[in-house]
Amino acid sequence: MKQQVLVLYLNNSALDADVVAWAFYDGTGKTNPTTGDSDLPPYDTGTEALRDGWRLFQASQLIPPYPGHEYDTSFLKHEFWFEKLE
Amino acid sequence: MTTTKHLLTSVEMARFVANGFHRMDAIVPAELNERAIPEFDAGQQPHVDYGTPVKQAFPEGSISRALLDIPAVAGALQSLVGPDPTVDHHHVHVREPHEGAAQPLHADAIIDPRLDAFDVQLMYYPQEVTGTMGGTLSVPGSHLRRTNESDTGRYQNLRGQTRLTCPPGTVVLLHHGIWHGGRRNDSDIRRYMYKIRFNPTVPQVRTWDVSDLDDPQVAAELNVYHPWSEHATSRLEVYNRVKMWRALTNNPSFDVEYWATRVANRPGRV
Repeated sequence: MKQQVLVLYLNNSALDADVVAWAFYDGTGKTNPTTGDSDLPPYDTGTEALRDGWRLFQASQLIPPYPGHEYDTSFLKHEFWFEKLE
Repeated sequence: MTTTKHLLTSVEMARFVANGFHRMDAIVPAELNERAIPEFDAGQQPHVDYGTPVKQAFPEGSISRALLDIPAVAGALQSLVGPDPTVDHHHVHVREPHEGAAQPLHADAIIDPRLDAFDVQLMYYPQEVTGTMGGTLSVPGSHLRRTNESDTGRYQNLRGQTRLTCPPGTVVLLHHGIWHGGRRNDSDIRRYMYKIRFNPTVPQVRTWDVSDLDDPQVAAELNVYHPWSEHATSRLEVYNRVKMWRALTNNPSFDVEYWATRVANRPGRV
Protein backbone atom coordinates (compact mmCIF):
# COMPACT_ATOMS: atom_id res chain seq x y z
CA MET A 1 0.00 0.00 0.00
CA LYS A 2 1.46 3.35 -1.04
CA GLN A 3 0.65 6.84 0.12
CA GLN A 4 -0.25 9.93 -1.87
CA VAL A 5 -0.04 13.18 0.09
CA LEU A 6 -1.86 16.40 -0.72
CA VAL A 7 -1.13 19.60 1.19
CA LEU A 8 -3.65 22.41 0.92
CA TYR A 9 -3.12 25.92 2.26
CA LEU A 10 -6.40 27.67 2.97
CA ASN A 11 -7.52 31.27 3.19
CA ASN A 12 -8.45 30.97 6.86
CA SER A 13 -8.45 28.28 9.54
CA ALA A 14 -11.73 26.68 8.42
CA LEU A 15 -11.51 23.49 6.40
CA ASP A 16 -14.11 24.74 3.95
CA ALA A 17 -12.10 27.89 3.16
CA ASP A 18 -10.64 28.54 -0.29
CA VAL A 19 -7.33 27.00 -1.36
CA VAL A 20 -4.56 29.58 -1.75
CA ALA A 21 -1.60 27.22 -2.27
CA TRP A 22 -0.97 23.49 -2.64
CA ALA A 23 1.56 20.68 -2.96
CA PHE A 24 1.30 17.04 -3.99
CA TYR A 25 3.67 14.17 -3.25
CA ASP A 26 3.06 10.84 -4.96
CA GLY A 27 4.32 7.68 -3.29
CA THR A 28 2.91 5.53 -6.09
CA GLY A 29 5.46 6.91 -8.56
CA LYS A 30 2.76 7.46 -11.16
CA THR A 31 3.33 11.21 -11.27
CA ASN A 32 6.34 13.46 -10.65
CA PRO A 33 5.04 16.74 -9.21
CA THR A 34 7.46 19.59 -8.55
CA THR A 35 7.61 23.28 -7.69
CA GLY A 36 5.80 25.60 -10.07
CA ASP A 37 4.15 22.90 -12.18
CA SER A 38 0.60 24.24 -12.14
CA ASP A 39 -1.32 27.49 -11.83
CA LEU A 40 -4.62 25.87 -10.85
CA PRO A 41 -5.21 24.03 -7.56
CA PRO A 42 -6.65 20.50 -7.63
CA TYR A 43 -9.54 21.61 -5.39
CA ASP A 44 -11.10 24.96 -4.57
CA THR A 45 -11.62 24.21 -0.85
CA GLY A 46 -10.49 21.72 1.77
CA THR A 47 -13.89 20.07 1.98
CA GLU A 48 -13.91 19.54 -1.78
CA ALA A 49 -10.85 17.31 -1.27
CA LEU A 50 -12.71 15.36 1.44
CA ARG A 51 -15.62 14.78 -0.92
CA ASP A 52 -13.19 13.35 -3.45
CA GLY A 53 -11.94 10.76 -0.97
CA TRP A 54 -8.89 12.45 0.55
CA ARG A 55 -8.45 11.69 4.27
CA LEU A 56 -7.36 14.60 6.46
CA PHE A 57 -4.58 13.59 8.87
CA GLN A 58 -3.13 16.88 10.10
CA ALA A 59 -4.15 20.53 10.40
CA SER A 60 -2.21 23.58 11.55
CA GLN A 61 -2.60 24.63 15.14
CA LEU A 62 -3.79 28.14 15.87
CA ILE A 63 -0.81 29.73 17.57
CA PRO A 64 -1.05 33.28 18.94
CA PRO A 65 1.66 35.67 17.78
CA TYR A 66 4.69 36.05 19.96
CA PRO A 67 4.56 39.31 21.96
CA GLY A 68 6.20 42.06 19.93
CA HIS A 69 5.73 40.18 16.66
CA GLU A 70 2.01 40.66 16.14
CA TYR A 71 2.48 42.27 12.72
CA ASP A 72 5.15 39.94 11.36
CA THR A 73 4.21 37.68 8.48
CA SER A 74 5.94 34.44 7.68
CA PHE A 75 4.85 30.95 6.53
CA LEU A 76 1.38 30.21 5.21
CA LYS A 77 -0.75 29.74 8.29
CA HIS A 78 -3.55 27.31 7.47
CA GLU A 79 -1.96 24.08 6.32
CA PHE A 80 -3.99 20.87 5.91
CA TRP A 81 -2.48 17.46 5.11
CA PHE A 82 -4.50 14.79 3.30
CA GLU A 83 -3.70 11.28 2.16
CA LYS A 84 -4.93 8.57 -0.14
CA LEU A 85 -3.65 5.00 0.02
CA GLU A 86 -3.29 2.86 -3.07
CA MET B 1 25.81 53.66 -14.25
CA THR B 2 25.56 56.71 -16.42
CA THR B 3 22.17 58.28 -16.01
CA THR B 4 19.80 59.77 -13.56
CA LYS B 5 17.02 59.73 -16.16
CA HIS B 6 14.41 57.02 -16.58
CA LEU B 7 13.76 57.01 -12.86
CA LEU B 8 10.73 55.11 -11.60
CA THR B 9 7.66 57.07 -10.62
CA SER B 10 6.19 56.94 -7.12
CA VAL B 11 3.40 54.75 -8.42
CA GLU B 12 5.94 52.32 -9.86
CA MET B 13 7.90 52.35 -6.60
CA ALA B 14 4.73 51.64 -4.63
CA ARG B 15 3.99 48.78 -7.01
CA PHE B 16 7.48 47.42 -6.27
CA VAL B 17 6.90 47.72 -2.53
CA ALA B 18 3.64 45.77 -2.91
CA ASN B 19 4.85 43.16 -5.40
CA GLY B 20 8.59 42.88 -4.81
CA PHE B 21 9.64 43.16 -8.45
CA HIS B 22 9.90 45.52 -11.42
CA ARG B 23 9.87 43.87 -14.83
CA MET B 24 11.13 45.30 -18.13
CA ASP B 25 10.40 43.15 -21.18
CA ALA B 26 12.82 43.13 -24.15
CA ILE B 27 14.74 46.08 -22.75
CA VAL B 28 18.19 44.76 -23.76
CA PRO B 29 19.28 45.25 -27.40
CA ALA B 30 19.54 42.17 -29.62
CA GLU B 31 23.29 42.54 -30.17
CA LEU B 32 23.93 42.28 -26.44
CA ASN B 33 21.62 39.28 -26.11
CA GLU B 34 23.50 37.57 -28.93
CA ARG B 35 26.83 38.14 -27.20
CA ALA B 36 25.59 36.94 -23.86
CA ILE B 37 25.06 33.21 -24.21
CA PRO B 38 28.45 32.39 -25.85
CA GLU B 39 30.18 34.46 -23.15
CA PHE B 40 28.18 32.79 -20.41
CA ASP B 41 29.06 29.36 -21.86
CA ALA B 42 32.72 30.35 -21.97
CA GLY B 43 32.64 31.32 -18.31
CA GLN B 44 33.91 34.81 -19.03
CA GLN B 45 32.21 36.50 -16.12
CA PRO B 46 34.88 37.97 -13.81
CA HIS B 47 35.19 37.12 -10.14
CA VAL B 48 33.86 40.00 -8.04
CA ASP B 49 34.58 40.41 -4.35
CA TYR B 50 31.60 41.14 -2.12
CA GLY B 51 30.93 44.86 -1.85
CA THR B 52 32.76 45.98 -4.99
CA PRO B 53 31.59 49.23 -6.66
CA VAL B 54 29.90 48.57 -10.01
CA LYS B 55 32.50 50.33 -12.17
CA GLN B 56 35.30 48.44 -10.48
CA ALA B 57 33.45 45.12 -10.72
CA PHE B 58 32.56 45.30 -14.39
CA PRO B 59 35.01 46.81 -16.90
CA GLU B 60 33.97 49.00 -19.79
CA GLY B 61 32.84 46.84 -22.68
CA SER B 62 31.74 43.91 -20.55
CA ILE B 63 28.22 42.54 -20.89
CA SER B 64 27.50 43.39 -17.29
CA ARG B 65 28.51 47.04 -17.68
CA ALA B 66 26.59 47.35 -20.96
CA LEU B 67 23.53 45.89 -19.26
CA LEU B 68 23.75 48.36 -16.40
CA ASP B 69 24.30 51.27 -18.77
CA ILE B 70 20.95 50.74 -20.51
CA PRO B 71 19.10 53.90 -19.42
CA ALA B 72 15.92 52.13 -18.31
CA VAL B 73 17.92 49.60 -16.28
CA ALA B 74 20.17 52.27 -14.76
CA GLY B 75 17.19 54.45 -13.91
CA ALA B 76 15.19 51.67 -12.31
CA LEU B 77 18.18 50.43 -10.34
CA GLN B 78 19.01 53.90 -9.08
CA SER B 79 15.38 54.40 -8.09
CA LEU B 80 15.43 51.25 -6.01
CA VAL B 81 18.87 51.17 -4.37
CA GLY B 82 20.07 54.74 -4.87
CA PRO B 83 23.25 55.86 -6.65
CA ASP B 84 26.51 53.94 -6.57
CA PRO B 85 25.41 50.58 -5.17
CA THR B 86 27.99 47.87 -4.65
CA VAL B 87 27.90 44.43 -6.21
CA ASP B 88 27.18 41.71 -3.68
CA HIS B 89 27.76 38.86 -6.12
CA HIS B 90 26.82 37.78 -9.62
CA HIS B 91 26.24 34.41 -11.22
CA VAL B 92 24.98 32.79 -14.41
CA HIS B 93 22.17 30.33 -13.61
CA VAL B 94 21.40 27.60 -16.11
CA ARG B 95 18.43 25.25 -16.13
CA GLU B 96 19.50 22.20 -18.10
CA PRO B 97 17.12 20.50 -20.55
CA HIS B 98 14.99 17.75 -18.98
CA GLU B 99 16.80 18.04 -15.66
CA GLY B 100 13.93 16.43 -13.78
CA ALA B 101 13.12 18.74 -10.89
CA ALA B 102 12.66 22.37 -10.00
CA GLN B 103 14.53 24.29 -7.33
CA PRO B 104 12.66 24.43 -4.03
CA LEU B 105 10.90 27.72 -3.47
CA HIS B 106 13.33 29.96 -1.60
CA ALA B 107 14.54 33.46 -0.86
CA ASP B 108 18.22 34.10 -1.50
CA ALA B 109 20.90 34.49 1.20
CA ILE B 110 19.48 34.30 4.74
CA ILE B 111 16.39 35.66 6.47
CA ASP B 112 16.55 39.44 6.09
CA PRO B 113 13.70 41.41 7.68
CA ARG B 114 14.90 44.93 6.88
CA LEU B 115 12.04 47.30 6.10
CA ASP B 116 14.07 50.53 5.87
CA ALA B 117 16.68 49.13 3.45
CA PHE B 118 16.79 46.37 0.89
CA ASP B 119 19.00 44.73 -1.70
CA VAL B 120 17.98 44.33 -5.32
CA GLN B 121 18.61 41.33 -7.50
CA LEU B 122 18.76 41.86 -11.24
CA MET B 123 17.74 38.89 -13.36
CA TYR B 124 18.56 39.08 -17.06
CA TYR B 125 17.15 36.63 -19.61
CA PRO B 126 19.09 36.90 -22.91
CA GLN B 127 16.92 34.42 -24.81
CA GLU B 128 13.19 33.93 -25.26
CA VAL B 129 11.85 31.87 -22.36
CA THR B 130 8.84 29.76 -23.28
CA GLY B 131 6.49 27.93 -20.93
CA THR B 132 8.41 24.65 -20.92
CA MET B 133 11.91 26.10 -20.48
CA GLY B 134 11.88 26.39 -16.70
CA GLY B 135 11.45 30.15 -16.44
CA THR B 136 11.77 31.46 -12.90
CA LEU B 137 8.85 30.91 -10.57
CA SER B 138 8.22 33.88 -8.30
CA VAL B 139 5.50 34.82 -5.86
CA PRO B 140 4.42 38.47 -6.09
CA GLY B 141 4.20 40.10 -2.68
CA SER B 142 6.10 37.39 -0.79
CA HIS B 143 9.17 39.53 -0.09
CA LEU B 144 8.12 40.80 3.34
CA ARG B 145 7.33 37.33 4.72
CA ARG B 146 9.95 36.41 7.29
CA THR B 147 11.22 33.02 6.18
CA ASN B 148 14.71 31.61 5.86
CA GLU B 149 16.03 30.53 2.44
CA SER B 150 14.44 27.22 1.33
CA ASP B 151 12.30 26.66 4.42
CA THR B 152 9.43 27.42 2.02
CA GLY B 153 10.44 24.45 -0.17
CA ARG B 154 7.28 22.61 0.86
CA TYR B 155 5.13 25.00 -1.17
CA GLN B 156 4.87 23.85 -4.77
CA ASN B 157 2.28 26.22 -6.21
CA LEU B 158 0.51 29.34 -5.04
CA ARG B 159 -2.42 31.19 -6.55
CA GLY B 160 -1.22 34.23 -8.47
CA GLN B 161 2.33 32.93 -8.83
CA THR B 162 4.38 34.02 -11.84
CA ARG B 163 5.86 31.34 -14.06
CA LEU B 164 8.12 33.50 -16.14
CA THR B 165 7.87 33.50 -19.90
CA CYS B 166 9.46 36.42 -21.70
CA PRO B 167 10.97 37.77 -24.90
CA PRO B 168 14.76 37.94 -25.26
CA GLY B 169 16.45 40.75 -23.36
CA THR B 170 14.06 40.87 -20.44
CA VAL B 171 15.27 42.21 -17.10
CA VAL B 172 13.51 41.78 -13.77
CA LEU B 173 14.60 43.66 -10.64
CA LEU B 174 13.60 41.88 -7.43
CA HIS B 175 13.50 42.69 -3.74
CA HIS B 176 15.92 40.44 -1.84
CA GLY B 177 13.17 38.65 0.06
CA ILE B 178 10.97 37.45 -2.78
CA TRP B 179 10.15 33.75 -2.90
CA HIS B 180 11.36 32.28 -6.18
CA GLY B 181 13.02 29.30 -7.83
CA GLY B 182 14.18 27.95 -11.16
CA ARG B 183 11.44 25.74 -12.57
CA ARG B 184 11.91 22.32 -14.13
CA ASN B 185 13.09 22.66 -17.71
CA ASP B 186 11.02 20.25 -19.79
CA SER B 187 12.36 21.55 -23.12
CA ASP B 188 15.41 20.66 -25.21
CA ILE B 189 16.94 24.11 -24.74
CA ARG B 190 19.37 25.33 -22.04
CA ARG B 191 17.75 28.21 -20.20
CA TYR B 192 20.03 31.05 -19.02
CA MET B 193 19.53 33.69 -16.39
CA TYR B 194 22.25 36.08 -15.29
CA LYS B 195 21.85 37.49 -11.80
CA ILE B 196 23.55 40.41 -10.10
CA ARG B 197 22.80 41.32 -6.49
CA PHE B 198 23.25 44.96 -5.47
CA ASN B 199 23.68 46.45 -2.01
CA PRO B 200 22.72 50.09 -1.34
CA THR B 201 25.39 52.47 -0.09
CA VAL B 202 23.11 55.41 0.72
CA PRO B 203 19.80 55.69 2.60
CA GLN B 204 17.02 54.52 0.28
CA VAL B 205 14.93 57.63 0.74
CA ARG B 206 13.19 59.36 -2.19
CA THR B 207 15.69 57.93 -4.67
CA TRP B 208 13.12 57.90 -7.49
CA ASP B 209 11.10 60.59 -9.33
CA VAL B 210 8.87 61.79 -6.49
CA SER B 211 6.88 64.33 -8.53
CA ASP B 212 3.80 62.09 -8.27
CA LEU B 213 4.21 61.26 -4.59
CA ASP B 214 0.70 62.45 -3.73
CA ASP B 215 -0.98 60.48 -6.51
CA PRO B 216 -3.83 58.43 -4.94
CA GLN B 217 -2.66 55.50 -7.04
CA VAL B 218 0.31 55.16 -4.66
CA ALA B 219 -1.97 54.05 -1.82
CA ALA B 220 -3.98 51.89 -4.23
CA GLU B 221 -0.84 50.03 -5.27
CA LEU B 222 0.21 49.48 -1.66
CA ASN B 223 -3.25 48.17 -0.81
CA VAL B 224 -3.23 45.21 -3.20
CA TYR B 225 -4.16 41.76 -1.85
CA HIS B 226 -2.40 38.82 -3.48
CA PRO B 227 -4.47 35.70 -4.19
CA TRP B 228 -2.04 33.34 -2.42
CA SER B 229 -1.96 35.40 0.78
CA GLU B 230 -4.51 34.62 3.47
CA HIS B 231 -7.10 37.37 3.89
CA ALA B 232 -6.18 38.25 7.49
CA THR B 233 -2.45 38.10 6.84
CA SER B 234 -2.88 40.27 3.76
CA ARG B 235 -3.95 43.10 6.04
CA LEU B 236 -0.66 42.69 7.89
CA GLU B 237 1.15 42.75 4.54
CA VAL B 238 -0.38 46.17 3.85
CA TYR B 239 0.63 47.31 7.35
CA ASN B 240 4.22 46.26 6.67
CA ARG B 241 4.22 47.98 3.27
CA VAL B 242 3.06 51.15 5.03
CA LYS B 243 6.04 50.85 7.38
CA MET B 244 8.34 50.40 4.40
CA TRP B 245 6.80 53.31 2.48
CA ARG B 246 7.16 55.55 5.53
CA ALA B 247 10.87 54.72 5.60
CA LEU B 248 11.33 55.17 1.85
CA THR B 249 9.59 58.55 1.82
CA ASN B 250 10.65 59.74 5.29
CA ASN B 251 6.99 60.38 6.02
CA PRO B 252 6.08 58.87 9.42
CA SER B 253 2.38 59.68 9.09
CA PHE B 254 1.68 57.98 5.75
CA ASP B 255 -1.00 55.31 5.98
CA VAL B 256 -3.33 53.11 3.98
CA GLU B 257 -6.83 52.42 5.31
CA TYR B 258 -5.74 53.75 8.72
CA TRP B 259 -4.08 50.38 9.55
CA ALA B 260 -0.91 51.74 11.14
CA THR B 261 -2.47 54.86 12.67
CA ARG B 262 -5.29 53.08 14.49
CA VAL B 263 -3.09 50.60 16.36
CA ALA B 264 -0.61 53.30 17.41
CA ASN B 265 -3.29 55.55 18.93
CA ARG B 266 -2.81 55.62 22.71
CA PRO B 267 -4.05 59.03 23.92
CA GLY B 268 -2.35 60.25 27.04
CA ARG B 269 0.17 57.40 27.13
CA VAL B 270 3.88 57.78 26.60
